Parts: sequence; C-alpha cells; structure tokens
Amino acid sequence: MFSMDLLLGAVVLGVLLGCFYAAVSVGLSVSFGLLDVPHVAHPAFLVLASYGVYQLNESYDIDPLVAGLAITPLFFLFGLLAYRVYYETFEKRGSDAGVRGIAFFFGIAFIIEVLIILQFGVDQRSVSATYIGKSWRFGEFRIPIRQLVAFAVALGLTVLLAVYLSKTFMGRAIRAVAQDEEALRLMGANPVRIKQFAFGIATAVLGIAGALLIIVAPIEPTLDRAYIGRTFCVVVMAGLGSISGTLIAAIILGVAETIVLTMFGASWAPAISFAMLLAVLAVRPQGLLGR
Amino acid sequence: MTKHRNSIAFWAGVAIFLVAVLSMTQIVRNEYPFFAGYVILQFIALAVAWSILGGYAGYVNFGTNAFFGVGVYTAVALFKATGAPLVVQIAAAAAVGMTLGFGVGLLTLRMRGIFFSIATIALAIIIETFVMNWRFVGGAAGIQLQRPPVMAPFDSYVKMLFFVQAVLVVIAVGIARYIQNSRIGRGLQALRDDELAAECTGVPTLKLKLVACMISGALMSAVGAPAAMYLQYADPSSAFNLTYSVSALAMSLIGGTAHWIGPVLGAILLGSTQQFLAVTISSEINVLVLGIMLVLFVVAAPKGIIGLLRPRYRLRAGGKP
Repeated sequence: MFSMDLLLGAVVLGVLLGCFYAAVSVGLSVSFGLLDVPHVAHPAFLVLASYGVYQLNESYDIDPLVAGLAITPLFFLFGLLAYRVYYETFEKRGSDAGVRGIAFFFGIAFIIEVLIILQFGVDQRSVSATYIGKSWRFGEFRIPIRQLVAFAVALGLTVLLAVYLSKTFMGRAIRAVAQDEEALRLMGANPVRIKQFAFGIATAVLGIAGALLIIVAPIEPTLDRAYIGRTFCVVVMAGLGSISGTLIAAIILGVAETIVLTMFGASWAPAISFAMLLAVLAVRPQGLLGR
Repeated sequence: MTKHRNSIAFWAGVAIFLVAVLSMTQIVRNEYPFFAGYVILQFIALAVAWSILGGYAGYVNFGTNAFFGVGVYTAVALFKATGAPLVVQIAAAAAVGMTLGFGVGLLTLRMRGIFFSIATIALAIIIETFVMNWRFVGGAAGIQLQRPPVMAPFDSYVKMLFFVQAVLVVIAVGIARYIQNSRIGRGLQALRDDELAAECTGVPTLKLKLVACMISGALMSAVGAPAAMYLQYADPSSAFNLTYSVSALAMSLIGGTAHWIGPVLGAILLGSTQQFLAVTISSEINVLVLGIMLVLFVVAAPKGIIGLLRPRYRLRAGGKP
C-alpha cells in the first residue's frame, strides 16, 4: 500500500493545501501573534466571509475571488469595530481580561455560527466559477485547478502581508507595537490606534481567505470548529507573529494532513491539526521561529 | 460560629432538596417535567464542575465536552461489555474523568490563558476522533442502548435518572462549596489573581491546578455517564458536542464565579430558558440566546448575577484592583 508515487502526490497536494492554510492563518498571526488578542472567533469570521462570498456569487454571479476582494473593506471596518469593543471592555480595564476576553470571543464565534445557520441552513454550500471542477493530469495523479488557484492566491496574499509588515511605515509600526507598546507611547504614537488598524488588516485579509475557503471545498456553518485547530496550530507552530514561520508551519501541517489522509483515511483527518498543536504546545511552545 | 451555622443551613437545604426531588418522583405522574428537569440538573452540575477550574483558578476550559463525552462513552462501553448497573457506570466514569483530568493537568501545567483553552479544545477533538474510530461502541454512527428494568422506589427510568442527577448536583455543589471555603480554594484564587506572586509566596500552584483539573474532570464525566441511558442512544458528535462547553462556560460566567451559588443560578436561569425556547421556537435560537447572553454579561456585568445581586462579591471576585 505504500508507494513512492502515492507519497509524492500527497506531498505535492500537501504543499498546495499548506499555502492555503497559511492564507487563512496569517490574519490570526497578526491578531493573536502580534497583538496578543485571544481571537478564538477568527475561524468564525473566516467562515462568515465565505458565506458573504457565497451570497455574492449566488445572487450576482460574481467570481468568488472578486467577491472576496469586494467584501474586504467591509471586513476591515468590522475588524476595527471588533477591536474597539474588545479594547474598551477588556484591555483598557486590565483586570481579569484573560478569562473574560476568551469567553467574549468564544461567545462571538457561537453567535456567528448560529446566525449563519439561521440565514443559510445547515446544508453545504459551494460557489461556481470556470476553474472549479476541472483538473490537470500529470500521468498518475491529478491536481484540481481549484487547488492551484487557491495556492497561487494564498501564496500571493501571504507574501504581500509579509512585505507590508516588514517594509511599509504602518507595517513596521505594527511590529513595533507588538515589541514594546510602552516605548511607542513614549515616542508620542498612539499604540491603541495602531493595534486597531492592525486588527482591521488582520480581519480584512479574511475576505480573500474566505473566498479561498469556499473555492477549495464546500462550506458548512460549523466548519469554523475544525479551523480553530488548523489556524491556531499554524500560528503557534510558526512562532507567534512570524509571517514566514506561518508559511513554513502551514506547509508542514498541509503535508501531514494529506499524508495521514492517504494512509489512514479521512476519519482521522480532523484530529491531526489538534494533535500537532498539542505536541507543539507541550514540546516547543515558542514555535519554529519564535520571538 | 457563623460558619458552623452556615454549614447546618446548607446541609438542611440539601436534605430538603433531595426529599423534595424524591417525593416529586413519587407523586407526579407525567414524565415530561422529569425529562426537561434532568437537562437542567445536568447543566447545574456541569456549570458547578466547570467553575472549580474556570472560576476559582481562572483557567478557561473549553473541553467540558471532552469530559462529558468520556463519561458517556465510559458508561456505554461498560454497559455493553458487562451490563454494569448505573451506579457503577457513574463511578467508573468519574474515575476515568479524574484520570483524564490528571493527564490534562500534566500536559497543560505550563500553559496559561488562551493556550490552555485551545489545548482543551484540541483534546476534545482528538478524543472524539478516537471514539469515532472505535467500532465496539458503534463508531461514528452511534449505538442504541436498551435500558435495564427500573429499580424499586421509582416507577419509570427517567424519574430515576432525574433523582440520580439531583444527587450528582448535590455532590458537585458540596465539593465546590468545600473547595471554596478551604485552603485549596484560597490557593486557587491566589493563583488566579497572580500566578507568579502566588508561587513566590509558597502556594503550591502546580499541585493545586492538578487537583482542580482532576476534581472538575471527575465531576463532568460523572455527570455525562447517565446521559446515554437518558437518551437510550449515544453518538460521538452529540456526546462531544461543543454546546456543552459553551453552556457550562456561559452558565458559570453569567451566574458569577466568585461563589458556588453563581453557576447554580446561571444554570437554572439559562437551562430553563433553553428548555422553554427549544420547545417553543427552535434549538438554534436557544444557542443564539446563550451566546448573546454570554457576550452581554462578559461585557456589561463581569461579576455575573451574583455581582449584580450582592455588591460585596465584587471585591472578592475582582482579582487585581
């Protein structure tokens, strides 16, 4: 049952899948990794974005990627608002923010999930586009074009965000606020506004990531639960706040998932990301490229 | 002296509660109140168990469903293998839950805040995946169970389960109350407020966390054990449903975690609202209400219902000034 071809195919698909995981996780890498916000609702925001893309695709026949781009500004504003509420109620008051902050985002995630169920039902939803449903053949194995599209866009998105954070003025400000908030305050900058903006960016990225999510596979309202494991696994394994680490960790996760999927079958798939997350937390909590 | 008198009042209240429950099972004919009441009692016990770790120690456990499901499946496996009676099933579930709690404690000793919470979700999913691939208890498809004949004073199995769950509530509350008033509780509150400071002043934080994990886990699994017999059916996705986690967490935080009465109040309030909504509207709406109430309370009334009722708890529960 073990063949090199099968393994090679799994690795190739795993790399494609991994880049996609990087795209859905970079937002969390900023909001949780850099800003230390316990953003458990990140995967719920992601699924919400997917449903937005689905709605646009369904009613106006817009290409999912364009639709994802279209909801990006909306998600940016949504992120600004979410951080403002979080800041005013938890970070500013300081005391006991841990427990209640986590519970707050957990509650938000649940509310989003139920609202999606009420609006769209529990059935699986998918989008239509010219590149969905076809695949390229390379001798033995086939690569679905939807995976290639997701891979290319995901890679572009991740690299773009990495460049933004390291080269632009605002990006450097965001990293500065993660490093030393107090020092930034002494320089006369307002760390809260920078963090709010960063959280907005982290949420805006989900517009595109959500489009990729529904391009790669059909979605359902409770999909966010599986992605809690995947996104947090990637971000923690990467080392908090490291974007290049995010890409590496996501590819490791993607390859691990496809290999287990080929070897042992789909029923073990949901546990992999969580198991890797636990292993990383237990063995090397600072991640691959931890700060 | 007042403490002593409090104790007498508490145990008298417990006795009255149990007698009332027992006589209710003998007098009331209709089974429905017991069917609905069982769920509320189950949530009271879960919320109280959750607050031992989540409330006193401040470690947000998202894995209530892991312990609950482990309880359900311990009971199922034992019943299928040996036909053991309910009491044995519950005791075994408590033992397995305690072992799991010990494991969780060991694994997550050094994790704080969100890392601990995510680790507990991870654990729940991993255990669920194992159960899904475990043929003996039916795998992903679930398993049907035939209830054994009901025992003497009760005329229906649901009434008996109702009484059993009431006893579990009393045990959970008794333990929570004991912990709250003992050195363990004060130690947990100290590590909740500032773990480093507590460690430095000689509070055995690691040991206390382990103890809290074990007790909380044992109670949650014990509460889960009768659920299989209650539904006469068990399947992984409902036994390990994340709704148990969000319910236990929401009920504790809404009630307030400074005192054992908080989770009880929260569970009664939310549990009965849920029962009412599930019957009158839909089960989606009741999860929505749960989520909205949780967010509202966490934002606007951080000390929960007991914080609103009795301002003096604000100080005790407040943590850092």
